[in-house]
Amino acid sequence: MNRIGEGLGQPHEPDLALHVEDLTVSYGDRPALWDIDLNIPPGVLAGVIGPNGAGKSTLLKAILGLVPLSAGHVRLFGHPYAAQRRRVGYVPQRSSVDWDFPTTAVDVVTMGLYGRMGWLRWPGRRERDQALRALEEVGMDALADRQISELSGGQQQRVFIARALIQQPDILLLDEPMAGVDATTERSIIDILGRLRREGRTIIVVHHDLQTVQRYFDWLVFLNVRVIAAGPIDSVYTARNLRRTYGGQVALLDEGRQRNAGPENDGPAG
Amino acid sequence: MGLLADYTLQNVMLGAALIGVISGVLGAFAVLRRQSLLGDALAHAALPGVCIGFMLAGAREMGSIMGGALFTGVVAALLMVALTRNTRLKTDAALAATLSLGFALGVVLLTWIQRRSGASQAGLDSFLFGQAAATTRADLYPMMILVGVALVGVALLWKPLKLMTFDPIFAAVTGLPVQWLERLLTAMIALAVVTGLQMVGVVLMTAMIIAPGAAARQWCGSLLGMVILSALLGALAGIGGGLVSALAPGLSTGPVVVLLATLLALLSLLLAPRRGLIPAWWRRRHRRSHTSTDRILQTLYDLAREHGDWHYRVEQGAVDAYHGMITEPQLSALADRGLVVPAQHMPDEGRHWQLTETGVAHAAEYAQRRRRRFGNGA
Repeated sequence: MNRIGEGLGQPHEPDLALHVEDLTVSYGDRPALWDIDLNIPPGVLAGVIGPNGAGKSTLLKAILGLVPLSAGHVRLFGHPYAAQRRRVGYVPQRSSVDWDFPTTAVDVVTMGLYGRMGWLRWPGRRERDQALRALEEVGMDALADRQISELSGGQQQRVFIARALIQQPDILLLDEPMAGVDATTERSIIDILGRLRREGRTIIVVHHDLQTVQRYFDWLVFLNVRVIAAGPIDSVYTARNLRRTYGGQVALLDEGRQRNAGPENDGPAG
Repeated sequence: MGLLADYTLQNVMLGAALIGVISGVLGAFAVLRRQSLLGDALAHAALPGVCIGFMLAGAREMGSIMGGALFTGVVAALLMVALTRNTRLKTDAALAATLSLGFALGVVLLTWIQRRSGASQAGLDSFLFGQAAATTRADLYPMMILVGVALVGVALLWKPLKLMTFDPIFAAVTGLPVQWLERLLTAMIALAVVTGLQMVGVVLMTAMIIAPGAAARQWCGSLLGMVILSALLGALAGIGGGLVSALAPGLSTGPVVVLLATLLALLSLLLAPRRGLIPAWWRRRHRRSHTSTDRILQTLYDLAREHGDWHYRVEQGAVDAYHGMITEPQLSALADRGLVVPAQHMPDEGRHWQLTETGVAHAAEYAQRRRRRFGNGA
């Protein structure tokens, strides 16, 4: 499993939680992500925003090596994902699985440990205790032995977050965690993420609700196939960037030329 | 009991039980992965393999026939994946195309062999619907090996298979080779199909893959429980089918086994305590008989109060939705007591109900009684 990491030897940009350079991902005949340069420092709670089809989920999948990269590379704390699996937690979209699966909340959380347990050992008492602690962190310990099909959408989402937390990740990637959950759950999720950030972890959240962006995040990535802008929220959350991200189709190359000639706060690292 | 000592019957029952176990275990995964029809395609695609195996061996030799069936089954599965990846065909269309292609090819080969060497000598048409009565002890050994391989494989790969079945994306993120696991699982389902070739036949093996898993899902809250129960139900259908066909000569075993497995699935869909249709119906009925007319009057009262209008008209659909049942009988009873009256609000909406003066007074009194009894929170 470590072949890729060892083969590459020296770390590249080890001081950045996430370093993406010249990344292009293509599904069929159109690029989903085009020429992405993106740096995210450790310890921030970053939002990735952009319209439908902007490639937000694809960016997370590219970081996690789930889609083939047409060009470019991705580093997490200086190393490719394959060498950093244990430091990265991932919360997929809740709708990506069939919740009518015969299992309990605590069992789903235990799945977060499968990778590090070795694939042959069966989980035991210790793994269950760890899973219960992770459920406690998201306020779900009382429902540990409930069938997952009987949980509400917000509770299912928190189970998914607990499954990522059980790995004690340094970087946490979440794909639309607020989609389809009620206001109370949304508040408790953002509380959990804020707590993790204070512990020094890096959190990257694909988000779709512009109303809450300023309250939730301290770092922002505007994405629409290209990175329109990225940086501390105070310097990049501007009407101009919103317009450029959400205002109609983005021309891949013309915009790029403008960016090179344009003011520096449009650059990828802000 | 003399019947059970019968050598042929023992072979038939043991063989059918083996088929039930392997298709139960692997079918549980197929059902959860929504790939129930995969077994169908694999089974039909096994037929040309049976013929090729026969031609290569030059005789009805089981090892060669099973090998051929396994081979064409796996080729069909690969073809299916290639079709969905590289064309605009969706999974169901790719599956149907592969299934028909495999089966047509198989029937063509079958008729050609029979024309050439005489139907009686080949006896290959028994692979269509199975022929259990001819099962010998020697036929059982390769089946035992296949079942053993499948069970050991599932036990060793339990966690990867479980994770991949529930959440393939997360499985890939943790570093599992998901594509290879999918191929392996498909190959193991092909093993199950091959195991049942001789006794159940290619056409009916589909049901053996689906039925025990679908039945077991109804009763179990864990994957381990479901897989074990699925194996047991499969074995039960196998043994039962063997017995029934022995007691009633003339009934061929394979179809009886499949009928029993389907019956078990049907009963499970109806009877399972949490997920079955009849318990769900019973719970609804229980709720209906225990939801008093007073509670429904109270709902109308609360809605009217929230809208600040004692003559507020409530659509019956809203009351039904609130109580999770049809409230027509209770509302009619309330109307008979003069507490509510039916009304029409908009021509395109359903029937509405409106409190009368006595209805408001009655509901207010009921609310007060409840408050006294349960405190303010109630």
